[in-house]
Amino acid sequence: MSGVSLTLKDIQISLHGRHLLQVNTRIEPGATLTVMGPSGIGKSSLLAYIAGFLASDFSASGEILLGERCLNSLPAEQRGVGLLFQDPLLFPHLSVAQNLLFAVSRHVSHRQQQVDQALEAVGLQGFGDRDPATLSGGQKARVALQRLLLSQPKAVLLDEPFSRLDAHLRQEIRQHVFQTLRDAALPTILVTHDVEDAAASGGPVITLG
Amino acid sequence: MIALLTLPVLAGLSAILLPAFGYLPALQHDEPGLMVWRELFTTPGIGRSAWLSLSAALLTPLLSLTLVMLFLASTSGTRWASAMRRLVAPLLAVPHAAAAFGLAFLIAPSGLMFRLVSPELSGWQRPPDLLILNDSLGLTMMLGLVLKEIPFLLLMALAALPQLNADQRVNMARSLGYRPILAWLWTVAPALYPLLRLPLFAVIAFASATVDVALILGPTLPPTLSVRIIGWFSDPDLNQRLLASAAALLQLMITLSAIGVWIAAEKIVAGLYRALLLSGNRRQGHAVLNVLGKSLMVITLGTLLISLMLLVVQAFAGTWRFPDNLPATWTLQHWQTVGPLLLAPLGNTLLLGLLSTALAVLLVVAVLEHESRQGRKPAQILWAIYIPLLVPQVAFLYGLTLLLEQLRWQPGLMMVGFAHSLFVVPYVYLSLAEPYRRLDPRWQQLAATLGASPNRTWWHIKLPMLLAPLATAFAVGLAVSIGQYLATLLTGAGRVTTLTTEAVALASGGTRGTIAVWALLQAAIPMLGFAMALMLPRFWWRKRRDMTGQLT
Repeated sequence: MSGVSLTLKDIQISLHGRHLLQVNTRIEPGATLTVMGPSGIGKSSLLAYIAGFLASDFSASGEILLGERCLNSLPAEQRGVGLLFQDPLLFPHLSVAQNLLFAVSRHVSHRQQQVDQALEAVGLQGFGDRDPATLSGGQKARVALQRLLLSQPKAVLLDEPFSRLDAHLRQEIRQHVFQTLRDAALPTILVTHDVEDAAASGGPVITLG
Repeated sequence: MIALLTLPVLAGLSAILLPAFGYLPALQHDEPGLMVWRELFTTPGIGRSAWLSLSAALLTPLLSLTLVMLFLASTSGTRWASAMRRLVAPLLAVPHAAAAFGLAFLIAPSGLMFRLVSPELSGWQRPPDLLILNDSLGLTMMLGLVLKEIPFLLLMALAALPQLNADQRVNMARSLGYRPILAWLWTVAPALYPLLRLPLFAVIAFASATVDVALILGPTLPPTLSVRIIGWFSDPDLNQRLLASAAALLQLMITLSAIGVWIAAEKIVAGLYRALLLSGNRRQGHAVLNVLGKSLMVITLGTLLISLMLLVVQAFAGTWRFPDNLPATWTLQHWQTVGPLLLAPLGNTLLLGLLSTALAVLLVVAVLEHESRQGRKPAQILWAIYIPLLVPQVAFLYGLTLLLEQLRWQPGLMMVGFAHSLFVVPYVYLSLAEPYRRLDPRWQQLAATLGASPNRTWWHIKLPMLLAPLATAFAVGLAVSIGQYLATLLTGAGRVTTLTTEAVALASGGTRGTIAVWALLQAAIPMLGFAMALMLPRFWWRKRRDMTGQLT
């Protein structure tokens, strides 16, 4: 699979006139850039800026390029940037399968089949009709990743996605996520506090602050 | 967009200005002057009527606020608080008129209270000759108002408390040696009060100018100013409308003065309160406040509950001689009397309620969703929302009716529905804004990163996730619309009848049984609405564990 690279060109973010961070880098398809630094330094606001929902208190400049395409003026839903949050955030009112179906564009053919395959790929066949609240932590994390992939993103942002998992699960899910994103050739940015996350990503690390 | 709500209010107020100064060309009054005011001030008992309005305007909020604060102080962090949270919304749903009738059945000389102590304790074989209902000081009227304003203030306070971290403040003060109730009064109450100010002003405005409660429980010789305005307005002699206009302006001034007095008193009380707070009293009075706070609230809400149950008893009561505690016979006769008359008022009530609430919910959701997409909060919107609640209804509704008459708009359901929504919108907004803003913004962001447009996100994610608060807001709106008396009476020109107008019309001259049937129906529909609002989301989401129990 061949993807495109994600370029962050002279990005600067400030909050109420206070300079927070500056990033200038390029992430190749399948590679992961890890961003570390103390709380309040603006790591999450960097992700919000790239994804397209930076709060109006912040001001930011710099270009975000996906391949040759500039994302700056696009609304969040047209950027093709997927995001995993700290929590799996499965929509509580939808079944597991509906959660996945929500992410499949209506222009894709055999949508239901795609959902079934996505469940099967992570060993959750037959879980489609389940209430997400009845899933274990690890299962929820897997469904959240499958949902992200079904939306066919061109780049992925990870906002400390492993920090709420139990220690024994963390390693397993971490492996699974990085492997999957590498296979899908997606450029990825990981924001984390955890040095083990950074090590597992196998990519460059920048430390802010 | 919500600021548009202020327009009809301003238009209504300006429409009474000219007639109040003797200018109403439609009725051949075209020489402006102070004649009308001279006439108004020489009307017998006008001073007393004005004084009644002013005293109700100040005592009602004072009593309600004191009770609510004492109750919250004595129950903070206990199971009482959460029990109250569940009880308060249905009680708020009961229209003022139904509560007032129930109260009348309870405390009238021939009411349940006197029956219970007669003849054993009191020796009365027949109802004592006491002027309790319609007492000349308006005390019963104020009691009726307090019973209904307490649930309102409680709901407002319970909604505001989470943002104050009350438990943290109380624990901090307790670690400094303060008993829990004093800890709450010294650290939470001063922060809570500013958040209750606008609701309190609404209570002042309502109490100063209530018509339905005054008709049922208020003094008659003379009645309150608001009741006299309605009398002059509906007088067959159209020239009395000049008098009504001047009196409506006087009403506005009384309400504004009451708010002014309250603001002035705030400063004095704040000074005294601070002195008490800093006096270092950590335990004195704790026991008394504890008993007072809980028992007074039990008594008030108990009175309200018993009043409602009395409506049920009275609606099926046959022969019920004094001093029997219960009716000797039961009958359906009152229902049979009311039955044939029911269709039009019931249909109008439901139609008006559903229409004005649907309109209000649409408008409020549009405002909140716009705000959420813009990612910021309009700061001054709350004042605009409150305007229809802060201006005495009788003043601007009367003006609005005059205005519409001059524009030759036909009174009818449309006009009444529009007038209802002036009051429904603020309450729907107050009920929905918090839960709408509190919905985790990450749901919306997540949906966007999955490629969903804002509209698709709204339909598939936000609407279902907000089903419970939306249903509650709908029930609130329905209850507000059903409770409207004056708006229906004035903009409908007396031709649009609802359960409320029919019930209040019976206040003088109806039999107890038929009054009880009307009042019961009037109370039952909003409560049914709340019950459905509570059950619908639970049923709908019965297979989704995380969607139940997050009712707000």
